Amino acid sequence: MIVPWSPQTAIVLALVVPALGVVGIDLASRWPNLREAVTLTASIALLLVVLSLVPHVLAGEHPSVTLVQMLPGVPLAFRVEPLGMIFAVVASLLWPINSLYSIGYMRGNAEHAQTRFYICFAIALMATMGVAFSANLLTMFVFYEVLTLSTYPLVAHHEDEEARRGARVYLGILLSTSIGLLLPAILWVWNTAGTVEFRAGGILDGHMSGPTVGILLAMMMFGIGKAALMPVHRWLPAAMVAPTPVSALLHAVAVVKTGVFAVTKVIVYVFGLDFLRSQPGTGWLLYVAGFTIVAASVVALRQDHLKRRLAYSTVSQLSYIVISAALFTPAGVIGAALQIVAHAFGKITLFFAAGSIHTAAHKDYISDMDGVGRRMPWTMGAFAIGSLSMIGVPLTAGFVSKWYILGGAVGADQGFMLLVMVASTLLNAGYFLPIVYRAFFRSPGAQAIHGEAPAPVVCALVATAGLTLAMFLFPALPLALAQSIAGGG
Amino acid sequence: MNLVQHLPVLQVAVPLVSAPICALLRSSERPAGMLQGRLAWAIACGVSWAMLVVAWLLFEAVRDGGPIVYELGGWAPPWGIEYRVDTLNALVLLVVSGIGAVTSTFARRTVEAEIHPDSLSLFYGAWMLCFTGLLGIAITGDAFNLFVFLEISSLSSYVLIAMGNDRRAVAAAYQYLIMGTIGATFILIGIGLVYMMTGTLNMYDLAQRLPAVDHTRTVHAAFAFMIVGVSLKLAAFPLHLWLPNAYAYAPTAVSAFLAATATKVALYAMLRFAFSVFGPDYALHQLAFQHILLPLSVAAILVASLVAIFQANAKRILAYSSVAQIGYMTLGISLASVGGVTATIVHLFNHAIIKGSLFLALGCVMYRVGSVRLDRMAGLGREMPWTMAAFVVGGLSLVGIPLTAGFISKWYLVLAAVERGWWPVVAVIVVASLMAAIYVWRVIETAYLKPRPGDRDPVAEAPAAMLVPTWILLAANLYFGIDTSIPVGAAAHAARQLLGGGP
Repeated sequence: MIVPWSPQTAIVLALVVPALGVVGIDLASRWPNLREAVTLTASIALLLVVLSLVPHVLAGEHPSVTLVQMLPGVPLAFRVEPLGMIFAVVASLLWPINSLYSIGYMRGNAEHAQTRFYICFAIALMATMGVAFSANLLTMFVFYEVLTLSTYPLVAHHEDEEARRGARVYLGILLSTSIGLLLPAILWVWNTAGTVEFRAGGILDGHMSGPTVGILLAMMMFGIGKAALMPVHRWLPAAMVAPTPVSALLHAVAVVKTGVFAVTKVIVYVFGLDFLRSQPGTGWLLYVAGFTIVAASVVALRQDHLKRRLAYSTVSQLSYIVISAALFTPAGVIGAALQIVAHAFGKITLFFAAGSIHTAAHKDYISDMDGVGRRMPWTMGAFAIGSLSMIGVPLTAGFVSKWYILGGAVGADQGFMLLVMVASTLLNAGYFLPIVYRAFFRSPGAQAIHGEAPAPVVCALVATAGLTLAMFLFPALPLALAQSIAGGG
Repeated sequence: MNLVQHLPVLQVAVPLVSAPICALLRSSERPAGMLQGRLAWAIACGVSWAMLVVAWLLFEAVRDGGPIVYELGGWAPPWGIEYRVDTLNALVLLVVSGIGAVTSTFARRTVEAEIHPDSLSLFYGAWMLCFTGLLGIAITGDAFNLFVFLEISSLSSYVLIAMGNDRRAVAAAYQYLIMGTIGATFILIGIGLVYMMTGTLNMYDLAQRLPAVDHTRTVHAAFAFMIVGVSLKLAAFPLHLWLPNAYAYAPTAVSAFLAATATKVALYAMLRFAFSVFGPDYALHQLAFQHILLPLSVAAILVASLVAIFQANAKRILAYSSVAQIGYMTLGISLASVGGVTATIVHLFNHAIIKGSLFLALGCVMYRVGSVRLDRMAGLGREMPWTMAAFVVGGLSLVGIPLTAGFISKWYLVLAAVERGWWPVVAVIVVASLMAAIYVWRVIETAYLKPRPGDRDPVAEAPAAMLVPTWILLAANLYFGIDTSIPVGAAAHAARQLLGGGP
């Protein structure tokens, strides 16, 4: 049977391709080369499928599919709008690169249970696509939970006491926030508005007003634990016990971006920007996000374990997106959307570099990294680019997003937010530049006899560093998509 | 004569007749031949599947054509016994016969391993009696007949539990017998009192005549006796003490069968007595449900979940979890709204398949490892991948993760509480879900993330004859987590019928 190619087919395929990948990986489990070939094929196929949707969305279409009527009036349904499109492109673009990296990393470190690793990865990507394209809160919640569960085995990968404890914190916080706050919030919306669909302008206007809006907003924002707003951020450092490819794609891109994406989507399409601006008791979000940005940076400053420092940096950078969305203005949403892209490229590069050092030099602590850059120039070069992007230096992606975020803050006359952004930039420089300095300008110890990491690892991190630079030079596509979110979804 | 017209009586008569046939297959030769046992199993299994077909036909007939009334032996009510099938009991019949069919298919291997070969045919005889009793409770429209079926199911389940090969099984069965008998007696006293006041035993008739006398103390007393009696059978907190031991020490297949059906049928009896017989507007409902049942349900949910977390035996974890889940169901009743009762009935259906599948998965473990203590289960994730995967899926459903049946239950329960604006109740439900996550995760972590204990030999995966029934129930778990039209549609319809909000 020949299925006519339509955007609807592509939406369904975005879920089916990773699912087929899962089956293929399992069947090929005894032949590692074939198994990795399946992963790579699935990831590239997914990228092509997702890219095929881009022209439609740029043309202003919002293709939608309803899978099944799960509950009366609440279907499992998908609808591609610009914000989801951006997120899906970022995640699916980084999956092939990360798969390449995984091959080098997992083999280089002789990790066990690699089939389970690749299977869980494919499921996680499927869930990410489900969240990105979700047409209502229920669909989003369903795939949000699938993502939590599919990443649990990845966090617990090492199966030792440390991994068990980390995985327990990870699952405990993510499940308790989602079941404890997000699910009741969704049911509250359903009971009040009679719908849970994402609609341009929101669905709550006229159904709710006053301080209860603030309470519902709080349940949503803290219920989406993956956005790592303080104080529900502890799962993210705990997740660092996972192998580095997991930290790189999932805990710097797919999982955390699912969180901030959901936050943005709820603000734009459930509450509605105008509605939130008009209600009292919603301003606190800006301050919580601002506090998270600064506090997480201060904590990051004091971490010696490289991956933990990166994790706290992620907590801080995620709140850039939240604070920007919390302006409740179209300009803020553009800044948030661009930061989703920019942070993804920069942070995955940094994690790739951390894993590369772990593989080649077996070093996890910053204080041991004197002179690593001289022996691993590619790795540390990429790390430097990622660092500059985090700080927001021109020629990197971070500058583009920071520009729009600051623009949003100025436009909304938010002095507090400007202050936070300046402080954060200084702090970023304070915890990233010393690593770069140490790696290149301190002399390595006598016993440091190692070279670069395996070739796939190096290729992957050069590619993501390249993307970080490319986004500065060619920001047109993400910008066009971001601007059409504000123009109505 | 049309066979279809007689479906209601076939639903009960066929298993009733098959019970003595199973028992009569007892072998006289020593040592006993396995053949008779196998034959008894084949009969029990075949009849159970046939009853599932009957229940499905009844369910469809009721869904399309409204309630079915069947006069037993042609005697018109209120003199004769009447079977009355509406949406609610059609759904309960479907649950009982479905679980009966799957668990009896599963039973053969574990029963041969756990029960003395001499007793095999007696075991299946008792099993079929229990099955008959449970179906009878659900289908009958006569209050006294309900009591009779209740006793049939109870007496046979005491026997079934006592057959467990753990010596504590006898004590557990005895405990259950005492509590169960008190409960049954209370129900009988209640039925006697309403009979005294109205002169009828037919539930439909009772519903017509009770309003005239429902202010009398006798009727109040009858109501109290009935509700307390049913609560004992239901294992409603704090009358649940018989349940954990009974479930933990019963033969594996019996645990699965009873956990998934017995309390559900008792819950059905409660719904029937409270709403169909006494009517939704009965004066004592407010007192009984909102002032007594609500706090007790909340206590059941929290206390039993907490106790479950600290159990070292996986079967006991599930048993305490059942007490908590029954708390969810009575909580739905105590919300006293269409939404609440819908949630109760949805959860009745979903919990049956959840607990059934979990107990079957543990049955596979029991069969291979010989124990379901957590420390013995370490490392099983690699040795019995299908079994433990089954436990994981069932466990996720118990926690209420989306795409499983348990999520649908949770959705309706929380929704019902939100509708009433009872936010503390919402908090209780979600906190208990997280406690469920903890006790389920203790098992999962043990099986997957801990190495096999040194003194336990590696075991093989359970045989397909056991895995297939387990996965049938799990498939149901997943199916009813995505396509919810059958349980939700029927539950909403039944709740409106019970609360008088139209057909």
